Amino acid sequence: MTQTLRLPAPLLAARNIVTFLLRQPTSAFGVIVLAALILTALFAPLIAPHDPYVQNLNNVLQPPGNGHPFGTDELGRDIFSRLVWGARITLTIIFLVTIVVGPIGMIVGTVSGYFGGKVDMVMMRVTDIFLSFPSLILSLAFVAALGPSLNNAIIAIGLTAWPPIARLARAETMTFRNADYIAAARLQGTSPLRIIVKSIMPMCLPSVVIRLTLNMATVILTAAGLGFLGLGAQPPLPEWGAMIATGRRYMIDSWWLVTFPGLSILCVSLAFNLLGDGLRDALDPKQMNRR
Amino acid sequence: MPDRRPRLRGILGQITTIAVTLLGLLLLTFIIGRMMPADPVRAMVGEDATRETYEQVFRQLGLDRPLWEQFLRYLGDVLSGDFGNSIRTGKPVIEDILHVMPATMELATFAILIGAGLGIPLGVTAAVNKDRWPDHLVRVFSLFGHSMPIFWTGMIALIVFYAALGWVGGSGRMSQFYIGMVPDRTGFLLIDSAIAGQWDVFRSAVNHLILPASLLGYSSSAYITRMTRSFMLDQLGQEYMTTARVKGLSRGQTIWRHAFGNIRVQLVTIVALAYGSLLEGAVLIETVFAWPGFGQYLTNNLIIGDMNAVMTCVLIVGVIFIGLNLLSDILYRLFDPRTK
Repeated sequence: MTQTLRLPAPLLAARNIVTFLLRQPTSAFGVIVLAALILTALFAPLIAPHDPYVQNLNNVLQPPGNGHPFGTDELGRDIFSRLVWGARITLTIIFLVTIVVGPIGMIVGTVSGYFGGKVDMVMMRVTDIFLSFPSLILSLAFVAALGPSLNNAIIAIGLTAWPPIARLARAETMTFRNADYIAAARLQGTSPLRIIVKSIMPMCLPSVVIRLTLNMATVILTAAGLGFLGLGAQPPLPEWGAMIATGRRYMIDSWWLVTFPGLSILCVSLAFNLLGDGLRDALDPKQMNRR
Repeated sequence: MPDRRPRLRGILGQITTIAVTLLGLLLLTFIIGRMMPADPVRAMVGEDATRETYEQVFRQLGLDRPLWEQFLRYLGDVLSGDFGNSIRTGKPVIEDILHVMPATMELATFAILIGAGLGIPLGVTAAVNKDRWPDHLVRVFSLFGHSMPIFWTGMIALIVFYAALGWVGGSGRMSQFYIGMVPDRTGFLLIDSAIAGQWDVFRSAVNHLILPASLLGYSSSAYITRMTRSFMLDQLGQEYMTTARVKGLSRGQTIWRHAFGNIRVQLVTIVALAYGSLLEGAVLIETVFAWPGFGQYLTNNLIIGDMNAVMTCVLIVGVIFIGLNLLSDILYRLFDPRTK
């Protein structure tokens, strides 16, 4: 094999994974939808034909067509433009939940797995308590306590989504906490904090990333559900779930108000599920052999 | 006689675990309740109460005591079955919840029947035809069920099957016309109307139940399908399957009698867990279909900030989940010879 261009190892691995994902139609769909979502969010001002907030009361509840590809809502706002701007909200949710859930789950899991004993017991009991609720119900309760808003919805989802990650990180940590290189580090007098951060966390990272991707579909649906119940993003923010909630009153006569935001949610959540499945196949050697 | 001590210790350990989890659950609902922005005193005494009345109720509720004392009080109340009164109706919260529960259970039971009835055969089909077109088809079908926002699917289904085609009833448990015609005995409308011999009401109830139950069932079938498929794949790869085929049994016999027979216990536990997670979908679907059940009760009280009601609902969901987990654990121990 001749290699004309030598990429650094992580980049090379990433390229291999993406190639693998694109080869299968299902995970390719996931990659494409997510790429489209990111591009839409980045270039929202260029893509959206209208201002998502400007009302036009002479032009309410117009069916699709006539300069409004997805029609207009009850205040005459262009639904397509609102969906395009809504992509930014969806991405914000994904991003913030990831940076809340990833570290919390990782810290709880690795600390619990590394120290074992009493620490492990206490931390896993706490995790169990959080796991004994369906995520939407617990998020509902948290939002009720914090007050309804987009930020609070994100915090609530973050608070409820970390336990599976912690479980996973703990299991991973337990498999190599007795490995020779960890013992060597310990004998040299390295502090537990340093061992966890430098030696254990990097090892847990790949599986945590896969798990986060798979969980994102649930996160999207929970966020949309909270928006729909009026506990997430508040109007006039063009959050997709909230758009469905306001469109509900007009749905029998004006089907486009609820149809297009719902399709957007479905596409993104489906994309994450397919991508997660694909990632699992791509990164799990056992799966590869079986195929 | 095998030594029973380790097993006994296992059960004891489990009881402690459950007790600790329940305690944590109570602590969590207590904290959430205290964090709620709604002022419980103001909600009770009204906007134009005098300062003295306010202070009196404040003290009566024990809100002037330190937090840990309040928690102990809450704990004592809950243990003695007192979950507080609803601010809106003035009745004990637990009474209100027991009143709305049958509607949700009726919905969830039909949903799980549909979900399991759909998910298990699909999972078996997918496993038997692994990597061929039926497998891919089943995978896409169940991924859709897993990915759809159920409140949206509910609306689309209402637009199509109720507004456009008129095949099913709209929102609520029965047509407006029939409300109050059947005496409330069990709270389960189908049973009540059958007892009363009101078959028109029964038909109306089925007509209203079928759409939300199918949607909930479809969404839960995704999980059931996936688990059935992977359990079946484990079995189909075993050597005894080959032996059975060599013995001369037909393919159908080996699949349904041998492989499927071995995964039944696992399936029961999966279906039990799926039943619990239906509660989550019920919160959303009940809002869409104006279904007067637990989910609607929870969201209504969230919006008006009725602390006692919300806390109790959350607590009940937690207890149901712990209970179902325990149940599936016990089933496993009872029926799987390997755990002995």
